[in-house]
Amino acid sequence: MPAIKMKLNGKAVSGEVEGRTLLVEFIREHRGLTGTHVGCDTSQCGACVVHVNGKAVKSCTTLAASCDGADITTVEGLAKGTDLHPMQAAFKEHHGLQCGYCTPGMIMAAIDIVKRNGKNLSEDVIRRELSGNICRCTGYHNIVKAVQAGAANM
Amino acid sequence: MSTSATGIGASVRRKEDDRFIQGKGRYTDDVTFPGQAHAYFLRSPHAHAKIKSINTAKAAKMPGVLAILTGDDVAKDKIGNLACAWTINFRDGRPMRGGVHPILAQGKVRYVGDQFAVVIAETKNQAKLAAAAVKVDFEILPHVVNTAKAIKSGVTIHDVAPDNHVFDWALGNEAETNDAIKNAHHITKMEIINTRVVPNAMEVRCANAMYDAASDHFTVYCNSQNPHVLRLVLSAFHGLAPENKIRVISPDMGGGFGSKIPIYGEEVVCTWAARKVGRPVKWTSERTEAFQSDAHGRDHVTTAELATDGSGMITGLRVRTTAAMGGYLSSFGPLIPTVLYAPLLSGQYAIPNIFLHVDGVYTNTTPTDAYRGAGRPEASYLIERIVETAARELKMDPAEFRRKNMVKSFPHQTPVFVAYDNGDYVASLDKALAMHDYKGFAARKAESAKHGKLRGVGFSAYIEACGLAPSNIVGQLGSAVGFWESAEIRVNPAGTVEVLTGSHSHGQGHETSFAQVVSERLGVDFKNVSVVHGDTDKVQFGMGTYGSRSAAVGITAIVKALDKIEAKGKRIAAALMEASVDDVVFNEGNFTVKGTDKKKTFGEIAFAAYVPHHFNPQEIEPGLKETAFFDPTNFVFPAGVHICEVEVDAETGHTDIVGYTAVDDFGTLINPMIVEGQVHGGVAQGIGQALTEGCVYDDDSGQLLTGSYMDYAMPRARVMPDIANFKLGFTNTPALSNPLGLKGCGEAGAIAATPAVINAITNAIGVRDLAMPATPLTVWTAMQGMKKAAE
Repeated sequence: MPAIKMKLNGKAVSGEVEGRTLLVEFIREHRGLTGTHVGCDTSQCGACVVHVNGKAVKSCTTLAASCDGADITTVEGLAKGTDLHPMQAAFKEHHGLQCGYCTPGMIMAAIDIVKRNGKNLSEDVIRRELSGNICRCTGYHNIVKAVQAGAANM
Repeated sequence: MSTSATGIGASVRRKEDDRFIQGKGRYTDDVTFPGQAHAYFLRSPHAHAKIKSINTAKAAKMPGVLAILTGDDVAKDKIGNLACAWTINFRDGRPMRGGVHPILAQGKVRYVGDQFAVVIAETKNQAKLAAAAVKVDFEILPHVVNTAKAIKSGVTIHDVAPDNHVFDWALGNEAETNDAIKNAHHITKMEIINTRVVPNAMEVRCANAMYDAASDHFTVYCNSQNPHVLRLVLSAFHGLAPENKIRVISPDMGGGFGSKIPIYGEEVVCTWAARKVGRPVKWTSERTEAFQSDAHGRDHVTTAELATDGSGMITGLRVRTTAAMGGYLSSFGPLIPTVLYAPLLSGQYAIPNIFLHVDGVYTNTTPTDAYRGAGRPEASYLIERIVETAARELKMDPAEFRRKNMVKSFPHQTPVFVAYDNGDYVASLDKALAMHDYKGFAARKAESAKHGKLRGVGFSAYIEACGLAPSNIVGQLGSAVGFWESAEIRVNPAGTVEVLTGSHSHGQGHETSFAQVVSERLGVDFKNVSVVHGDTDKVQFGMGTYGSRSAAVGITAIVKALDKIEAKGKRIAAALMEASVDDVVFNEGNFTVKGTDKKKTFGEIAFAAYVPHHFNPQEIEPGLKETAFFDPTNFVFPAGVHICEVEVDAETGHTDIVGYTAVDDFGTLINPMIVEGQVHGGVAQGIGQALTEGCVYDDDSGQLLTGSYMDYAMPRARVMPDIANFKLGFTNTPALSNPLGLKGCGEAGAIAATPAVINAITNAIGVRDLAMPATPLTVWTAMQGMKKAAE
């Protein structure tokens, strides 16, 4: 079994994985970080989005072994102590979540959208960029508001 | 009502969000027991087949395999079958023909995805690999997946129902309705298909059961909308253990939408297997399994006739519906197209004569059950499509045709059982017309035409019956269970409060809105009120959350318990302040004595209740904890008017929703922010059914063609209208059957939106009938049909 090392939310971690082990399985089952969710297994819904070397990646279709040496951030790694990341705070302030299941993936995707498109996001850009993330609860209305507000505060 | 920052009517930011936005939610799959084993189910690849043999010899020897269990093992261990909790007998008195529904199929599989065996192994992957090595010899049988063809197909799915006819059922005044149709000035007749859809909560179903031999006790984590009912069924129907030996925990839950109401075979198997194998057994569905095995929604085939007189008044509605039950009867399957459907066929209109006849049929498809709205979206879609069409045929403005026919005085007894207690439908219509700028539509349409776009507007004046509901009524209608709700208020010595509720929150924000009600009533800081739910060891029996019942029934149970807390607090306060209890007033957290300056705070009384030094414990019991069970006298009737405006691309048939206005009467709003969120989400699901979603079975093979998000189009962010063009408004006529006047808001959007969208598209492109989902291809094809007809 391949041995892998990576930085996970700023901490060095290592482990042995099967070749088939997915990044999300490594994060959830090996490292016990259950904030990253699986919603579809086919990279369609985005509940599993994490950052790999600063880029948004769907961890349900990424092999853990391919992330050897990578720097990974999950939703658990965003807040600094009790200080929420501006995008997290915006999701709460704008009621951008209901059941909370898609939320970690939405927040991780949203931060990536800001990185690539800047802090001044139009509604059209947000809706287009969120095409890889499914929410069944909110109708996206308040998610779009939250992403716009969170972006401005980043 | 309070105007305080955290009381009733305040858009308080949600308590539960703090954990969800940080990835600290605890969902069922997040729970891992020591020694955890994993289950993988074998599911039928065929729509209908005999199981001739199952050979597990090779699979059983594979690495990590702990057990392989089949339907034969279920039978040997005498594990009871899945039960249907609602009986609909035939009109002529013959009993409903419910076929046996084992937790693992025995002898025969009846739909693609029907589970017939399970592998328990050390890891998920080991279970999955072993499952692939199980050899099954199927004899493929003829199948039927088409609802309209089920009865005459010649296929027998269950021996008890050789023609697949499960029940027929009728409601309304048949003879008078037939007369009304016969004597009509105009009849609008429509064939309406309400498409099958898949609920698709983002968190898939999951169960994790642990058996402790020392205490002979099960702990079952399962994402259920009604954990107490699951415990009852595991005990009483499946015979796994007495209720006091089972704890069901339904923790944070990633949405339900009805699909987590039924009791499914998988959680029963995990519980049974945990004892049999001696290891905790977890099963987490994959998304494709969810498409195959989560109860589906809708799937009606209907013929409807609406009669009008010469002045444009509706005189009758006759409806004939065939509703698919799927391969088995799900827990509440027969309820949905009968008792939850027919009573809403009067819509918001004073229709003197209505008659519905519905046939429930088996098909080789996934069983159907509640999906957001459950029966009421089907009724609303029917009545709002046919009313809109009638208005167009009568050359009347659809808004004015509705206004003319709306119920205007209350209470209003419909011909289909229910009596509307209170409402003001015209007020919602007027407000929606104004907010939407309906008057400006013609100018907007002309502007769109300049850009090659066909603009259309559609209405939906929906009504729903919520807050399931009076037990003595539902009992008469075939329910095997009661529909009250329970609450317990525990006031701790230092004045903090725990609220234990039988309602279950899976996105609705109960931890916040319920706390608002308690905080305001007791004058206790919002932060010091905790809401506890979803654990049968903590909460007394509860009926769970569905049918928009948590406010009207769940919160009312809390209010009833608060009444008792206040009454007892007054007795203690009277003793402490040496006053008559009749002179004690409780207001904003203070007990005072009329005509004096004597005052005790709620916190002081809470403390005194547990340190009973200043009242006589022989007269007043120490402690401050009260429970209540609330069973309402009537349903509640949320209603509203939604207006949808679309632009259809004349070249491609692509539809954009360019305006959406929703005006809803939900009675009193506890937390408007949460209520608005419910409307947004409900409307998205309604739009989803109208524009993108559709569950497709192939007639020839019986295969489910839409088994993943690559084949089943979920509505995404771009499908929804822009923020500025999605407008919400409220009217408020309080419900009369509960003290706060609550009506419920969870399903309204899903009920209202679908017909509004289809009415808008048919208006835009000038067709009468249009199938859902209105994909660009469907719309484009309809437009070509129009062009052909014109040539």
